[in-house]
Amino acid sequence: MTSLPPLAQKQLGLVIDLDTCVGCHACAVNCKEWNTGGTSGPLTDLDPYGADAAGVWFNRIHSFEAGEGDASRTVHFPKSCLHCAEPACVTVCPTGASYKRAEDGIVLINPETCIGCKLCSWACPYGAREYDYDGGTMKKCTLCIDRIYNENLEEIDRVPACVSTCPASARHFGDLGDPESKVSKLVAERGGFDLMPEMGYKPTNKYLPPRQRQNSSGCTGASALPVVEQSADGLLGWLDRILSR
Amino acid sequence: MKLQAPIENLSPPVSDEVKTTTCYMCACRCGIKVHLKDGAIRYIEGNRAHPVNKGVLCGKGSAGIMNHYSPARLSKPLLRVGERGAGEFKEIEWDEAMGLATQWLDKTRNEDPRKLAFFTGRDQSQALTGWWAQQFGTPNYAAHGGFCSVNMASAGLYSIGGSFWEFGEPDWDQTRYFMMFGVAEDHDSNPIKAGLAKLKERGAKYVAVNPVKTAYAAIADEWLGVRPGTDGALILAIIHELLKAQKIDLDFLVRYTNAPWLTIHAPGSADHGLFARDADGQVQCFDQMSKSVTSALRADIAPALTGEFTLADGRMARPVLRLLVERYLDPSHSPEKAAEITGISAETIRRIASELAHAAFEQQIELPIAWTDWAGRQHESIIGRPVAIHAMRGISAHSNGFQTCRALHVLQMLLGAIDTPGAFRYKSPYPRPAPIGVRPGGKIGEVAPGKPLPRPPLGFPIGPEDLLVEQDGSGRRIDGAYSWQAPMANHGLMHMVIRNAWAGEPYEIDTLFMFMSNMAWNSSMNSAGTAEMLTAKKADGSYRIPHIIYSDAFFSETVAYADLILPDTTYLERWDCISLLDRPIGNAHPGGYADYLANHQRAPGIGMLAGWRGTDGSKAGTGEPNPNQLERYIENGCFWKYELPHNAQYYKHANKAYLDHAVQMGFIAKPDQIVLQLYVEPLQKFRLAAEGHGAIQPPEALRARVRDHFDPLPIWYRPFEQQRIEESEFPFYAITQRPAAMYHAWGSQNAWLRQIHGANRLHMNRATATAMGLVDEDWVNVTSHHGQITCQVKLMEGVNDRTVWTWNAIGKRSGAWNLDPDAPEARLGFLLNHLISETLPEQDGNRGDLNSDPVTGQAAWYDLRVRIEKTQAPAGQTLPALPTLHLPPNMKRPEKVLRYGKAMAEPYLKEDVK
Repeated sequence: MTSLPPLAQKQLGLVIDLDTCVGCHACAVNCKEWNTGGTSGPLTDLDPYGADAAGVWFNRIHSFEAGEGDASRTVHFPKSCLHCAEPACVTVCPTGASYKRAEDGIVLINPETCIGCKLCSWACPYGAREYDYDGGTMKKCTLCIDRIYNENLEEIDRVPACVSTCPASARHFGDLGDPESKVSKLVAERGGFDLMPEMGYKPTNKYLPPRQRQNSSGCTGASALPVVEQSADGLLGWLDRILSR
Repeated sequence: MKLQAPIENLSPPVSDEVKTTTCYMCACRCGIKVHLKDGAIRYIEGNRAHPVNKGVLCGKGSAGIMNHYSPARLSKPLLRVGERGAGEFKEIEWDEAMGLATQWLDKTRNEDPRKLAFFTGRDQSQALTGWWAQQFGTPNYAAHGGFCSVNMASAGLYSIGGSFWEFGEPDWDQTRYFMMFGVAEDHDSNPIKAGLAKLKERGAKYVAVNPVKTAYAAIADEWLGVRPGTDGALILAIIHELLKAQKIDLDFLVRYTNAPWLTIHAPGSADHGLFARDADGQVQCFDQMSKSVTSALRADIAPALTGEFTLADGRMARPVLRLLVERYLDPSHSPEKAAEITGISAETIRRIASELAHAAFEQQIELPIAWTDWAGRQHESIIGRPVAIHAMRGISAHSNGFQTCRALHVLQMLLGAIDTPGAFRYKSPYPRPAPIGVRPGGKIGEVAPGKPLPRPPLGFPIGPEDLLVEQDGSGRRIDGAYSWQAPMANHGLMHMVIRNAWAGEPYEIDTLFMFMSNMAWNSSMNSAGTAEMLTAKKADGSYRIPHIIYSDAFFSETVAYADLILPDTTYLERWDCISLLDRPIGNAHPGGYADYLANHQRAPGIGMLAGWRGTDGSKAGTGEPNPNQLERYIENGCFWKYELPHNAQYYKHANKAYLDHAVQMGFIAKPDQIVLQLYVEPLQKFRLAAEGHGAIQPPEALRARVRDHFDPLPIWYRPFEQQRIEESEFPFYAITQRPAAMYHAWGSQNAWLRQIHGANRLHMNRATATAMGLVDEDWVNVTSHHGQITCQVKLMEGVNDRTVWTWNAIGKRSGAWNLDPDAPEARLGFLLNHLISETLPEQDGNRGDLNSDPVTGQAAWYDLRVRIEKTQAPAGQTLPALPTLHLPPNMKRPEKVLRYGKAMAEPYLKEDVK
């Protein structure tokens, strides 16, 4: 078993906006692209051109429908490690390879000490861990730990690759431990929620629900168009106006 | 267990070098930064400074590494040694390949240049390829627009002197109401995603009109699951409601459109419905101030919009707007009628119309920007109608697509929502005169051995005299473009080339030269039949299409059907978005492509690149070549952007500052107002010819097709295929959608993207399918009038109940792309293309009528109707399953494990803590 550090003030994580996510997979592929050559790489692909290609992805998009008929909603749901405050994947680890950083709460795996026993992936209720069958170790989202503090990158680029690349601005990165941070305020304003809070792992990442849809009568403030009597003679009198060109 | 905390390697070096270029994984063309490490690609990211994507990058662009290092890359020219289609090749050197191509093409050019058919697929650099075809002297040239969205482009260019996507886009920052019609999200990919996010942030309303609730429709405020091919009826009913409530922008119509132009009212005469013109050819209107008929282009008039007037020659004439209002006020355009056609309730149509009017007129924007109009008059502010519309292939790929796209532009004009704050806004070099003043080259006497064409092969006809037809009315182009089958075929008919070359109609060709278009597979109708045509022989044993040259970067399905294969580059091996011709192109430019880019001048001062012209790089748009131009582009991240001054940004069709700028840039010849065309007179000219007027008339068999569909005001009619089948026999509409991770087919087949979309299913409405006894993963036969496929179904809620759909171009032929022959793309993936015919079902003895839009010739592949029956597929294999292709020489099967990045990965820990 691995113990957790005292909960740090700083809790880095992602806020994912389900109102604007169009399920385009930009975040997932850009993540794979960055990380396969990063400090967690490679993100191995088995049988990549074969009948059953299967690779390591730190971020996956699930698209599904909720509800029935006209009331149904198509949901695009990106899912990666939620960097829980109380991550069972860490406490279950027999070697201490799975750990939560004291400085910022990021949950990581030390490849030097991971023995590939997969207990953590069984423990994670979100299915966020990815086993590298080729390398024999567990891998996962690092919040791009090799980007966010990287002094070789411009400051503006020190965000996770998924956030940097998202074309729909549906991904936000910041300190969710600080109630005054932009991401915390966004969560407060938009009613951000925890994924499966009943499980008790206290995920750091938050999801923003879809905004109220404007799809009913009066939703934009428009009232029904007026009924204008057409002149009985069929002449288009309302067009008979003096308008200068 | 408590261990010493690991010390992560937080600042590993990222790359040795960063190059900027343009992504060409799709036609969106985002700016990218490519990180290189140890000579390999470490990472590709969006370029924040680039105006298109502003730093973001889509899933496909992010998979560029896998595209570039694909095991399906062709590395050397290939010469066919076995039978065509057998896939037997030998590698040859470039010198031999170019020698052979030159030998074939030289003979053709010197004997009969039209016997070269040059079709460039999705190439976006027609400035070069069109010019090349023109210099060669063949009219038989086009890109893939005839398959994709020529209806959208043509309708726009003839109506508003621009269109969507490359021509203009919604004002994402200011619009209040946005409607997107049909499959449109791939043109263009990232700007639309970014724009939708802006709309949502501001609380603007987004309406998706699409039979399928896919990616972007999923986040729309309102989804209108319209029946395919009925959008035109919906739009015209909205117009009906706006007219009934008198909610149209009369000021805008008077000033900026041809609403007041007089049309001759003389039914049965040769110029009925044409614009009244004076002796100088000036269009006319009736001025209410002087009470006289006068030039409609004068500024100092108050033209009548209704009534009837007597022309100098005694004939009667009526303003365009009168015709329009009478047409669409008719109860045949009522929401109730449209509801029967579209499946959208009359109540909803009325509500959408009211919301459009509310956004346009009650939420009017007024910007305090002083500007000067075309006539030199000062205005203190700019009025905006914050309604924006976007559409592309979805409404375009129908046989009524041109008129539907026209209807959309008429709606925009009636709302005054063209190039205003919050509306659709043009992108340079648009607007241009509607239509552009280039006519297609290749008329009788214009094609001669060894001679260039006098004009480009593609242009914009404005009447029968511009057609490329023989004396007997038959077409002169191999694809039938600019014939009576497709008079305004501004992008050609790529889907007819192979079929016509095979049939020898209207003549046999020598060489079919294709590139960047998988025309033996997903870029054809009738894919299996197309493969047979490519291999068909004459009685003497020779091939019906004697030579086929094909250029592709990959081992695609079409490779097996060519005689000579020229391996293409990927976008990461060249400086721009162009393809095959990124090579030395002749003596005029000994420095090759770079020399051409910087020094070629199409007209004095006008070249390929607009930035940093002039010998010292100080000129924009026009100016003499700059020897350092490419260096300046490279320094700037490989793009050039010019921001219009505020007073030139709106009403560009009538804005003096803009029009003067456009002349200076070489976009337009004169700073004249570009009058938007509610009523498109060229259509009436073709219709008059079909009614028996003039010297150039359609052949009898096509007379009705032209007469009935060339209406100068938009119409809706049932798509052709549906007119000719029994709906009860083929009860479902069948269409394709494009997955966001694979916008545009090319470059999609790679190790990462195939893990996201490796196989497709036929999606059906759950209630409909359940009533038929179908459940998820059931195997079904899907049958059209033309053919049958077998595939699996997947049930869903968010699809019109009479529509089935699948992702486009996921299915691959077994063995192609260096995939395992048992890959899911071949085993479970499929194409709808097999079900689509180039021609319509026979009716009343009419055979061979094109399955295309009658105006533009756009392939009507979204008109498809099918029936669906549960079946068994014992082998678990979609059908048809064409024989497995074998690999070209020296193409190796890939390793079973891909560890991309391993060699360049930095250590995880900063210090060893063991």
